Amino acid sequence: MRIVALDANALAQGLAPGLTLADARARIPELAAIDHDSLADRLWLERLADGCDRWTPMVALDPPDGITLDITGCLESFALRSGGGKRGSFPGAGRGPGPQPEANAPSDTRRGARAPACTGEADPIFANEAALAADVERRFALAGIHLRLAIAGSPEAAQALARFQTMPAADEAGALRRLPVAALRLDEDMVVALRRAGLKTIGDLAARPTAPLAARFGAEMVDALDRLLGRADSRIVPRRALPALLFERRFAEPIARTEDALVVLDALMHEAALALEERRGGGRRFSARLYRSDGAVRDLAVETGLPTRDPQVPARLLRERIDALADPIDPGFGFDMIRLAVPLVEPLAATQLGLEGGQLGEEAMAALVDRLGTRIGGGRIRRFRQIDTHIPEQAALALPAIALPDPARWAAPVPGEPPLRPLHLFDPPQRIEVTMYEVPDGPPHRFRWRRTLHEVARFEGPERIAGEWWRVRVDRLPDPGASTVRPVPGRDAMDCDGEQLDETRGAVPGRPANPLLTRDYFRVEDVRGRRFWLFRHGLYDEADRPDWYLHGLFA
Amino acid sequence: MDAHHALRERIARIERQRPVDAPALVALGAGDVDRALGGGLARARLHEIFAAERDETAGAAGFAAMLACLMLPAGAPVLWLRQEEAERQGGRLHAPGLAEIGLDPARLVLAVLPDAVTLLRAAADVVRCAEVGAVVIELWRQPQALDLTASRRLAVAAEASGVTALMLRAQAEPGPSAAQTRWSVRAAPSIALEAQAPGNTMLDVELLRQRGRPSGGRWRLEWDREAARFGQAAAGGTAASGAVAAAAERGSADGAAAFRLAG
Repeated sequence: MRIVALDANALAQGLAPGLTLADARARIPELAAIDHDSLADRLWLERLADGCDRWTPMVALDPPDGITLDITGCLESFALRSGGGKRGSFPGAGRGPGPQPEANAPSDTRRGARAPACTGEADPIFANEAALAADVERRFALAGIHLRLAIAGSPEAAQALARFQTMPAADEAGALRRLPVAALRLDEDMVVALRRAGLKTIGDLAARPTAPLAARFGAEMVDALDRLLGRADSRIVPRRALPALLFERRFAEPIARTEDALVVLDALMHEAALALEERRGGGRRFSARLYRSDGAVRDLAVETGLPTRDPQVPARLLRERIDALADPIDPGFGFDMIRLAVPLVEPLAATQLGLEGGQLGEEAMAALVDRLGTRIGGGRIRRFRQIDTHIPEQAALALPAIALPDPARWAAPVPGEPPLRPLHLFDPPQRIEVTMYEVPDGPPHRFRWRRTLHEVARFEGPERIAGEWWRVRVDRLPDPGASTVRPVPGRDAMDCDGEQLDETRGAVPGRPANPLLTRDYFRVEDVRGRRFWLFRHGLYDEADRPDWYLHGLFA
Repeated sequence: MDAHHALRERIARIERQRPVDAPALVALGAGDVDRALGGGLARARLHEIFAAERDETAGAAGFAAMLACLMLPAGAPVLWLRQEEAERQGGRLHAPGLAEIGLDPARLVLAVLPDAVTLLRAAADVVRCAEVGAVVIELWRQPQALDLTASRRLAVAAEASGVTALMLRAQAEPGPSAAQTRWSVRAAPSIALEAQAPGNTMLDVELLRQRGRPSGGRWRLEWDREAARFGQAAAGGTAASGAVAAAAERGSADGAAAFRLAG
């Protein structure tokens, strides 16, 4: 067992991570050890990173104990905000050619005490990096976390400075040069090799031409050096993709009521609507993030089936979402920042309402589907979709409604006819035992389904539906000369489920093995009036002893 | 007398918080049934439909779909809430079959939920949405969650929002509930078309219970899709509607059967 992390007190006693626990105990008998839980540490770091979203959307983890923030452009946007100017998106948060300040905050992973209430604090607007750094430190200190923080021009430099800087330096380049070679974060052998060669600091390496270094220590080392010194371009991979649009409000005084937070979100939605109109787009997804003053964040997201820029729509959905929450939002000591992101923007032309009202009805339907989807779960709300095929179980599918905004038009039934298609359809069809039927194409007189014998009183048929041979690959087509047809293992969607055995029901529902066989469908009614849809799978010249299946139930 | 009336109103206010208007009645079309119902089935109420036997689910579901057709305000959507178990055991809901009953599948939204508890919770949400025309809540067996309270909650929500809620119960026995009417449905032999073909949907419907009126009554109803109404079947009648038929000899076993041009 080895020591992973130590508190300040133990470090002061001369212990170091990597030491075996037995050695450490030998040196300091009263040492208290706790099992290392790397998963809990990781989750804790994720939560801290969530909280870091308040400074910049570009947040990356630097496991096991670091968080890297890309604050490029943030300072200007804060400055703009202080002037009461445009509030709005980080404009792409693109990396400019100028210096790219990085904050790196390796944190001690002890669980901190809960932060006390933050009241009466000043509006956190950061004129410069130092102010931002101070705010970061203050907020982490509230959570009882001790920080090592550094701001530098490249992610690697910031990470190295935060971890290895021991004494202050005049400028960033100077500070980097003084770092030990371990700051390159290469493996232990490489560090030892560099030290043996007399190269102890980054400055030693930076002064030398790179070609001999690469020849001796490998290209990997030179690459790491280039990234650290900012010679090569490097950037962090943010935990979340940047949303297309981002709007936020900060409060000098945290707001303590959820209703007030919703009012603020409504205002942000109006801003979003204006921005969407400028882009001629509509949002499909809206996510709100509530930042509590003690660092906890709460995410709420809603999705719409059709792109929309009506601020009422996401606002109403968001209220539905909050109503449906299992655990209500706890404002704690209040929210001091609220952010609304529109991650998914789709083109949406300006529309005019249809005079006849047909289009409007479909929009109302889409709105209803959104509302229900928000409450019940988007994938559970389905609408019917027509598929161009003759195979009944594939012709009409119930698919998640949010994915198909276009309504299907359904053929009107033939006037004067009784229902020709069943209300309930079994997929796969259920195999039945037929004791008597007319050869060659008659209906069954009697059949057994789910352990019950049914006596057929009335029937109509056959309605012949041929197999879709054009969907099967040519080399898999059966030889027309062969008397029996072998099952075609296939790409056809029909046999994707395979055979199913349902012991409990007594029936043997099996999917017809060969999609090429013709099906002869019969509408039959038994003596008690129950109406079934049966089919014989295969003509007599196609199959030896064709199977019978029950495919549906009529009302 | 006035004081008496005022007191009654006050009690009603305390009990319900709001005056309850008389529900809009929708005639089913069959005279005897409508008379028994006092004019028709009430909109914006909870109605229960039981499958009379284990294997009569399709008939009961058909009756629910037909009632939904009748009760639906023009252009309003229908919601059908099902359990995953129902999809597995009873077969999935087939859109062309719904169209054959007269319910446009484009107006139907299907919600498939994992168990009875989530289904009832979703139903309570859906019944509150005034945009919905009618809800079919399909519950299998006797879930613990469905008690008088749950049923009452649905009934009150339906009254408030104007949504007609149809509770469809399969493999279940009637229990205490707040429903306006309770039906038991089984399939009945249809009036055969030519050549012994099964005819229009015929259902044997029993009114088990209704609030505020004498219950009881059993009828044989034939659904007329084009007129969107039920017809009461006279015993031994001929086909109410039939396709173009041509009498011709057919070389089948009995030799006398006519054939039918279907489709």
